[in-house]
Amino acid sequence: MSIESIKPAPKELEGVVIRFVGDSGDGMQLTGTQFTDTSAMFGNDVSTFPNYPAEIRAPQGSLYGVSGFQVHIGSVEVSTPGDSVDLLVAMNPAGLKTNLYALKKGHTVIVDKDAFTKKNLEKAFYETNPLEDGSLDGYHVIEVDMSTLTKEALKDVDGLDNKTITRSKNMFSLGMVYWMYHRSTEHTIDFFNKKFKSKPELIEANTKVLNAGYYYAETLELISNSYTISPAKMVPGTYRIIMGNTATAWGLLAASEKSGLELFLGSYPITPATDILHELVKHKHFGVKAFQAEDEIAGICSAIGASFAGDLAITTTSGPGLALKGEALGLAMMIELPLVVINVQRGGPSTGLPTKTEQSDLLQAMYGRNGESPVVVIAASTPADCFNYAYEAARLALEHMTPVILLTDGYIANGSAPWKIQSVADMPEIKNRKVTKFTENWHPYKRDAKTLAREWAVPGTSGFEHRVGGLEKDSVTGNVSYVPENHETMTHTRAEKIRLVQNNIPNLKVEFAQQGDLLVVGWGGTYGTLHSAVKQITEEEGFNNIGFVHFNYINPMPKNTEEIFAKFKKIIVCELNSGQFAFILKANFGKFDFQQINKVQGLPFSNDELIQKFKQLL
Amino acid sequence: MEATAVKKYTYKDFVSDQEVRWCPGCDDYVILNSMQKALPEMGVEKENVVFVSGIGCSSRFPYYMNTYGVHSIHGRAPGIATGVKLANPDLSVWIITGDGDATAIGGNHFIHVLRRNINLNIVLFNNEIYGLTKGQFSPTSVVGQKTKSSPYGNTQPPFSPGELALGANARFYARIGGNNPKAMTQIFIEAHRFKGTSLIEVLQNCVIFNDGCFTDVTDKEVKDDKQIYLEHGKPMIFGKNAEKGLVLRGLKLEVVTIGENGITEKDILVHDAKEKDPTLHQMLIRLAYPIATGIVRAFDDVTLEEREDELTKKIKAGSKYKKTDDLFFSGETYEVK
Repeated sequence: MSIESIKPAPKELEGVVIRFVGDSGDGMQLTGTQFTDTSAMFGNDVSTFPNYPAEIRAPQGSLYGVSGFQVHIGSVEVSTPGDSVDLLVAMNPAGLKTNLYALKKGHTVIVDKDAFTKKNLEKAFYETNPLEDGSLDGYHVIEVDMSTLTKEALKDVDGLDNKTITRSKNMFSLGMVYWMYHRSTEHTIDFFNKKFKSKPELIEANTKVLNAGYYYAETLELISNSYTISPAKMVPGTYRIIMGNTATAWGLLAASEKSGLELFLGSYPITPATDILHELVKHKHFGVKAFQAEDEIAGICSAIGASFAGDLAITTTSGPGLALKGEALGLAMMIELPLVVINVQRGGPSTGLPTKTEQSDLLQAMYGRNGESPVVVIAASTPADCFNYAYEAARLALEHMTPVILLTDGYIANGSAPWKIQSVADMPEIKNRKVTKFTENWHPYKRDAKTLAREWAVPGTSGFEHRVGGLEKDSVTGNVSYVPENHETMTHTRAEKIRLVQNNIPNLKVEFAQQGDLLVVGWGGTYGTLHSAVKQITEEEGFNNIGFVHFNYINPMPKNTEEIFAKFKKIIVCELNSGQFAFILKANFGKFDFQQINKVQGLPFSNDELIQKFKQLL
Repeated sequence: MEATAVKKYTYKDFVSDQEVRWCPGCDDYVILNSMQKALPEMGVEKENVVFVSGIGCSSRFPYYMNTYGVHSIHGRAPGIATGVKLANPDLSVWIITGDGDATAIGGNHFIHVLRRNINLNIVLFNNEIYGLTKGQFSPTSVVGQKTKSSPYGNTQPPFSPGELALGANARFYARIGGNNPKAMTQIFIEAHRFKGTSLIEVLQNCVIFNDGCFTDVTDKEVKDDKQIYLEHGKPMIFGKNAEKGLVLRGLKLEVVTIGENGITEKDILVHDAKEKDPTLHQMLIRLAYPIATGIVRAFDDVTLEEREDELTKKIKAGSKYKKTDDLFFSGETYEVK
């Protein structure tokens, strides 16, 4: 990666952030996805984040019906969808009104002038037309009669109704943006050919409008400069753009194939986790058993049953659902069965902010059960590494006979990024603890000396008939026991079993300064924002005394955690909650002073706020 | 599974090494013994049997069975049993539950497991009281019943597990007195053979907290006169001397005496447990006199796992994805050099 500082160069950019906004029906998600895919294929690094309205079908033109898609493309490594926007494409007044705040001063906004009607302006609560009243002074405004031009482009195409014509204007804007960033329309035209295979008139219409936008931008004198973003330096290989939730689902598919176990998912729909269910139900061809249960509790209970019977069992949810699953999770911990629990975190408490992101379920994951009931807790940090950590959750569950909670969040689950495709053949081995040949004196709670994991005797295996349950067990026979000393022994054994997982996870790696004045600590989905902030302060502002360490393994933590903390004078723990990870660190590493950066707005950190706070500590 | 002859088992093969700890005289002993007697008759290998229970007196049951078992959490046995069965449809799966476990805290799971028609069996020990928590009223306790949590009498009207079950589209429902091991054993065997979800409600006496709750219909002296034991294809006749029968008058079942008012055996309704329409089954369940016992309903229907299996086979056959690599490298991929 080059470490040159950015010098304003009008034609060659390192990265650009584009946001497409419009009405729910304007096709902004498709527009954004097409631009992302085309850029990725061109060789750029990309990171995206969609922003849908919470309403299913919000009234047309309303402020809360605005749908947006932000994409960050770069010729160097891109690790977040970006904070502020270089180019805003606004298909209606409501989109402009709700998104103009994000556009950098002096940068470009493209608007569909036709959509700025009196009615639409009223719906967006504009008293005067922002295109005429000077409120866009200081921005580079490109007004295009997009609806009219789209109609014009389609006047010779037969068999199109008015609705279809209006709906294809998003392709006009896409065509314009393709020209501005020197992108080919080829990929999108291929896409039309596949998508509308049986409707040739739609292939023709969309292609015409896309090209019309492209040529319009080319001939338009208003666009004085066009920009190029060179391909990024990425590790060679085959890539695809993947969403976090899809990557999670695929990691589980990979773990199922590698372990030779059938995959069972017991789940109940909840935002923003439902897409994992949507993805896994498609894969019956791999024998996936995806069961939509009557509630969150039945979701996890069916997974516990499937685990008892020998499947790789998963349950997926978000915060409120994890609360409902708490008692059953305690049972899975008590009967020591492998189980993967995925919590795609959203803003809490209670129903909270379902469509917003937060990291506030950490303490719930750690301690949200009755009694002392430790489980493994890990967290994914990017859309693409959801694949690895879903796989890892399955591996640890199976090798250690324990529930594993995987924390992701709405930000990485709905965001997308390039994923260097991993073949199952290259993934680490997964050993499970199934037993087949009965030996005398076998007991269900017989443990491996190194891991303290018990054996997995599944129904159908002769000789191993046994009973498990939520009551305390005798440490040797596994029979119900109320003996006081035994309960204490078992409590310690269950805790020690989780601690020993430390031997089966990688050490932490520090990025940037390996020792020095400030260590930035993060966990889970904030990796991208923290990494780019530390990178910027190091590479562009010349600081060489800041290190960055990011936790994916939270319970237990990696072995070298303390050693790393000792190398820095100050430690700052950054998280999207009021300090939950800091609380855990303070309890475990009391000799260090942990300072905190916290944000609880349902939003990711912004680069600027992080850099400003880091500087205050230096 | 290989088609090998099943081992010959006896009652003792299904008795675990755990000491049974129910109160002396509890009907639960009868249910346990009946199950241990029924299992050798079912033709199923011991290692292929799984008992799943929730919480309550009845839910200690799996510990006493020398098979696979899970003593789970309150009300959730249907969820766990569903997972067991979907993971391995070759297993014989039994849910052991009580009136509190199934119809109060686990009510939601209870109706949905019945709706889905998974091939598993539910034995509901109904004693119209909470036993393990020492005597509170349950959703099947009668109005006015004095319990620890209703010292002046219960004010919450009950519902009937059978009616609730049929409302949830149960395909198999049987009811039997807790003091009738012979019929109970036979019903367990029939439930095992039935393809789909089977619900067996046992009218179980609680000697400590609700003693005598069913004696007016289950006591040896009165049971022939107060119960009608239904058998598919046979006329609905009951009474010590088989002198009484049921006929349909308008929208009501009516008790008649054979030989009186010109009634002959031909006028008596014949029990059709296999009828899809549950109307008559519901009427039988609701009947206060006589109490309907035996297999009230056994309607043969497609099971969830059959539907799933058929769909999976079809999709597997038509899919280009054999390995995950086929999926991961399909569609929109690109090379970085």
